[in-house]
Amino acid sequence: MSTTIEEIKPPATNVGVIGWIRQNLFNGLFSSIATIVILAGLIRVVPQFIQWAFIDSVWFTSGQECHEATGACWSVITQNIRFNIFGYYPYEEQWRPLIAMIILIGMLIYSRDWNKWNKRLGYIWLFALFVMGLLMKGGLLGLVSVESTKWSGLPLTLLLSFFGILASYPLGVVLALGRQSNMPIIKSLCVVYIEMIRGVPLITMLFMSSVMFPLFLPEGVTIDKVLRAQAAIILFTAAYIAEVVRGGLQAMDKGQYEAAESLGLNYFQMMRLIILPQALKIVIPPTVGILISAFKDTSLVVIIALYDILNTTKSILTEPEWTGFSTEAYIFVAMIYYVCCFSMSQYSRKIEKELEYKSNTPQSS
Amino acid sequence: MASVNSNSGKTYFWNDQKTRAILYQVFTAVAVALLGYYLISNVQTNMAKQSIASGFGFIEKEAAFEIGESLIEYSAADSYGRALIVGVLNTLKVSLVGIILTTILGTIVGVATLSKNWLISRLGFVYVEIFQNIPVLLQLFFFYALFYEAFPSPRQALNPVTGVFLTNRGIDFAVPAAHPAWLYVGLAFLAACAITVMINRWSVKRQEATGQQFPMFWAGLAILVGLPLVTWAINGAPSQMDIPVLKGFNFSGGRNISPEFSALLIGLVLYTASFIAQIVRAGIQSISHGQTEAALSIGLKPVHVLKLVIFPQALRVIVPPLTSQLLNLTKNSSLAVAIGYPDFVQVAGTTINQTGQAVEGVALMMLVYLTLSLLTSAYMNWYNKKIAIIER
Repeated sequence: MSTTIEEIKPPATNVGVIGWIRQNLFNGLFSSIATIVILAGLIRVVPQFIQWAFIDSVWFTSGQECHEATGACWSVITQNIRFNIFGYYPYEEQWRPLIAMIILIGMLIYSRDWNKWNKRLGYIWLFALFVMGLLMKGGLLGLVSVESTKWSGLPLTLLLSFFGILASYPLGVVLALGRQSNMPIIKSLCVVYIEMIRGVPLITMLFMSSVMFPLFLPEGVTIDKVLRAQAAIILFTAAYIAEVVRGGLQAMDKGQYEAAESLGLNYFQMMRLIILPQALKIVIPPTVGILISAFKDTSLVVIIALYDILNTTKSILTEPEWTGFSTEAYIFVAMIYYVCCFSMSQYSRKIEKELEYKSNTPQSS
Repeated sequence: MASVNSNSGKTYFWNDQKTRAILYQVFTAVAVALLGYYLISNVQTNMAKQSIASGFGFIEKEAAFEIGESLIEYSAADSYGRALIVGVLNTLKVSLVGIILTTILGTIVGVATLSKNWLISRLGFVYVEIFQNIPVLLQLFFFYALFYEAFPSPRQALNPVTGVFLTNRGIDFAVPAAHPAWLYVGLAFLAACAITVMINRWSVKRQEATGQQFPMFWAGLAILVGLPLVTWAINGAPSQMDIPVLKGFNFSGGRNISPEFSALLIGLVLYTASFIAQIVRAGIQSISHGQTEAALSIGLKPVHVLKLVIFPQALRVIVPPLTSQLLNLTKNSSLAVAIGYPDFVQVAGTTINQTGQAVEGVALMMLVYLTLSLLTSAYMNWYNKKIAIIER
């Protein structure tokens, strides 16, 4: 005997678009009210914003026409783009920082996969850094020499953050190792340094770099402002990196230390070959977090009157022709920062996933 | 084998771990001391050369600069010491208000990102993504510019609600006119708080003993609102308001919140809240879903599930990173210097410029922020211990 069971479809209100809407937007009284309120708000705000930003906006006009327009004045960006990005770098030479930035970004994208990290890549980086330095500074191969006081805008932001990150990383690792060491004097020096730096805002460090560093130097020796700010950023970021790395060191199994010691490795061999490669790998995601905030924090050099991209924007806005359009100008700068920070955080998420995947699969060897 | 052992009886002292450790440390200590000595001697010669005074004598000298807003009375004739205290108080003011608001906002956004309502959770995520990825200084500039460019001059002040005026000079709002009754109302409110706390303790005890529930929320609300209201009525129910009035180019009367303070507060609160939201979300997610199911299955309402089961456990995960975010807010309040709010860094900066005593000025800055950091983390450590799991 065979019975045919008729398949009963679920009610139309539980599947498809309607089902999704019911489940995700109108599931319960509170949820329904919230949905309606939010939708009403969006309907009021979004068309207005589109009207302002795109329909009524002006893109390539002078400041005068901007003041007459009712919409956004994107001209404040398009008309000043070169000053905004390159600042006081000599006008005819601005192709040089442009190429340097393209090389930097290209290199960063090329080396995003850590399987490619080997000696050859290191040499390529050294060469790229040399080329970038040559392009920025000039003075060789017929390039006009440009003082570092004229470096400004986006290249300065990238420079401060890139070298800030690059130099603070090894310093941070050394500090973390010092804090974990069992030699009381070294340990306490590192603890005092790390906790003191982490307890004060970056501004105090920048103030120190601009008003106190000159007093520290012997007579007749001066270091230019960019370099001093760079030093402050490095010293500051290193303390934060040290704490992240310490987390990685503490997460290591004690057996790893013991195994390394029983193989007869000395301290430096043990750290270089066994502990650090593992510890640094597991703290990549929080390290990227520190790097993102270091990148955002470079904007603070505005306060000691260095012209990074935020400050060039500010100085455009002080020109009488362009006063009153700060919303547009700041949105533009915010977008640049957003793209950089967002891609860094996506990168860290990707690595996090890879690490999770690796720790879940049994080791083959 | 034996021959190896017999030869190794003699160990050179530089191969002994303990001796080595001592040597390393002596070397480091000497290096640090030498560096310190070198720097200090440089500072001394430089200061002597530029004839800059040293020491903290300047604190008692006349400051001779005005400060825009102050919690205590201050004029340019007062000393640097008093100016610095004004700065510290301003920093404390913005940090305290900011910490309270950002914790509330961050928690709301964090819970919102976990909402089952798609729109609410999307909005939460968008908020976090945007505010986290833009430097806080840029946000401060943006909000400050908004006050100056989007808001009209006092003559055409925006008036969204009766008694509140938005202008490019800040926010002006009405406050009740001075009357002795308000003092008693304030005292009554404090008393009501104390009574509510006591009743709450009693009701928890009674519920634990007998299982009887007490409508704590409504009782507390009644006491907190009722007692001050009754006091107000007994004292003659003063209803006169001190309303801001346009006089000449600006408002007088009422209270004014300066655009600098508002922009700083809004920027700091929105920025920090985006980080707190993520911490709260991670904290709630760290509690296994079984807890929610179990709580629902014993008949708790969703609100009670969150309040009685999830939050108390999630707090243990949330508090340590929350502490560091609140500390960050306090430290970021030093960005006030960029938009002209007279916080401690700005006052100290002016002091450095006027006296030239950079070393003392920067040392003071560090001292103040270190103290604030230590106090905050001491309090949060205490709180963390209080809510930690009490094991049997």
